[in-house]
Amino acid sequence: MTASPTSGGVRPLLRIHDIHTYYGHIHALQGISLDVYAGEIVTLLGANGAGKTTTLRTISGLIHPSAGKIEFDGADVTHVDAHMLVRHGLGHAPEGRRIFGRMTVRENLQMGAYTRHAGAELDADFERVYELFPRLRERRSQAGGTLSGGEQQMLAIGRALMTQPKVLLLDEPSMGLSPILVEQIFGVIESINKQGTTILLVEQNALMALGVAQRGYVLQTGRIVQSGPAQDLLNDPEVQKAYLGG
Amino acid sequence: MSRPRPSLGRWRLPVGAVIALVVAFLIILFGTLIGPEGTIQMTLGRGVQLAETQYINALTVGALYALVALGYTMVYGIIELINFAHGDVWMVGSFASWWVITSLGVSGPITDPVWLVIVLILAFSISMVATGVLGVIIERFAYRPLRNAPRLAPLITAIGVSYILENLIENLISDSIVTIPRPIPNTELNLGLFSIGSVNLFVIIMAVALMAALHLFINRTRLGRAMRSTAADRDAAQLMGVNINQTIAVTFFIGSALAGAAGVVQGLYLGYSQFQIGFYGGLRAFTAAVLGGIGNTTGAAIGGFVIGFLEVTCNVFGYGKWSEAFVFATLVLVLVFRPTGILGQQQGDRA
Repeated sequence: MTASPTSGGVRPLLRIHDIHTYYGHIHALQGISLDVYAGEIVTLLGANGAGKTTTLRTISGLIHPSAGKIEFDGADVTHVDAHMLVRHGLGHAPEGRRIFGRMTVRENLQMGAYTRHAGAELDADFERVYELFPRLRERRSQAGGTLSGGEQQMLAIGRALMTQPKVLLLDEPSMGLSPILVEQIFGVIESINKQGTTILLVEQNALMALGVAQRGYVLQTGRIVQSGPAQDLLNDPEVQKAYLGG
Repeated sequence: MSRPRPSLGRWRLPVGAVIALVVAFLIILFGTLIGPEGTIQMTLGRGVQLAETQYINALTVGALYALVALGYTMVYGIIELINFAHGDVWMVGSFASWWVITSLGVSGPITDPVWLVIVLILAFSISMVATGVLGVIIERFAYRPLRNAPRLAPLITAIGVSYILENLIENLISDSIVTIPRPIPNTELNLGLFSIGSVNLFVIIMAVALMAALHLFINRTRLGRAMRSTAADRDAAQLMGVNINQTIAVTFFIGSALAGAAGVVQGLYLGYSQFQIGFYGGLRAFTAAVLGGIGNTTGAAIGGFVIGFLEVTCNVFGYGKWSEAFVFATLVLVLVFRPTGILGQQQGDRA
């Protein structure tokens, strides 16, 4: 249902096929399928409680689906745990930032590089994050918990980038931020993507998300109800009504 | 998610411990040398000398409690479990040390320094590895299956494990007090300002060295960072590639190995063990951890010394039989006025 116009016959980098996830007895994901192709920004939209965060947590292996299949980079990773998936190149900046408040900014970034070995490449990645977010360089010796909300979001993204992801899952990076900061974060998301990282973006700010994404999916109570090129979704009357305040 | 978790925090451990030691010594020297006539000296009836000895004993006992308290606080910090079996791991450590020492044919003070060092190294390393492995086994089979169960379940399990360990030692090794030969010859060493028994000095140095090593491990190593991140936010740690199960196992290994070291210290210093010491001593060490601020290792170290001082102070003033009431009354007071313990954990460390 979702062949990307830009992808031709290429295999998706990340393919989720008909996954079902339960929280106890709650059937949170009821058969979700989506594809993300290398180089894309794909956004997953939906209201609170639709299952967006659960989808990302299932993809990154924090929870496992009871049925369905997740393929990443050509391998079946349905039952691979989160800490192993990071090593395969799956980065996840979780909802609510979840930075380590008592560790310094630098230590937080070091945590992102936990699976990696010291070396020139690692140093270059520190440099890259500090260039994307100059504020983090300024505050590198400060405890993460003392940062402002926007800076914490930058740290959460920077930390995920330090894992050297092929695909980066971003969960509501604009949450709780001022409009200026939202602009800034989305700018960074675009430049990360241009530098070659594929992005799956979960957002409530549908307008901004569809602005940077090539394709989008709309999630409603655990099911994908709509999908297509971002431009089509932007112009879709139902999407406008439900998510764009139109 | 909004519930603040205690984190292993900022570990200014050796600094904290050293400051505590120095302050304690100053207080003692002040109290004993310059203190008003008729207080400590009169009560003692035997003068300054004894008070000094008593407070050095307090430091030694405090070091012992601190070593055990560290394990309580580390485990609580990482999985929020009060590991009631931890005191019994300490007890098993003392029996391991008894086994090593008697197996080596030691029956009393060793005068050959080389042999003494070998005996001590063997006693510490074997006991620490044994208790470390024991801790890992306990976590693997008794706690891990219950990690997502309601919190009461692992707590009850911990109490169960505690009784199992006691019962095992009682039935397989000894149901009464065993005497542990003391390999370190007990001589008074005159250090100028004060004199100190060789065993006391060794125990205090050993404890401070272990605490310093722990501090460096947690703050400077990759595994230490894994432990801190797991304590702070398990999901986020996993997303960084931290293997949670392995990290928790390492935490149990280290905490239990420190209890093993405390078990050796028990033998070196007090010269005996018994299958129930883990219950009484463990309760005090746990109190030390809570007193210092559970989840905080510096707090555990300080709490250990505080408990040691309270106990010995009771003895010095002739109320030794009341020490438990004093210790636990202090705990109640601290918790009433400062529920997070002496060092407390700041709230909301998670963004």
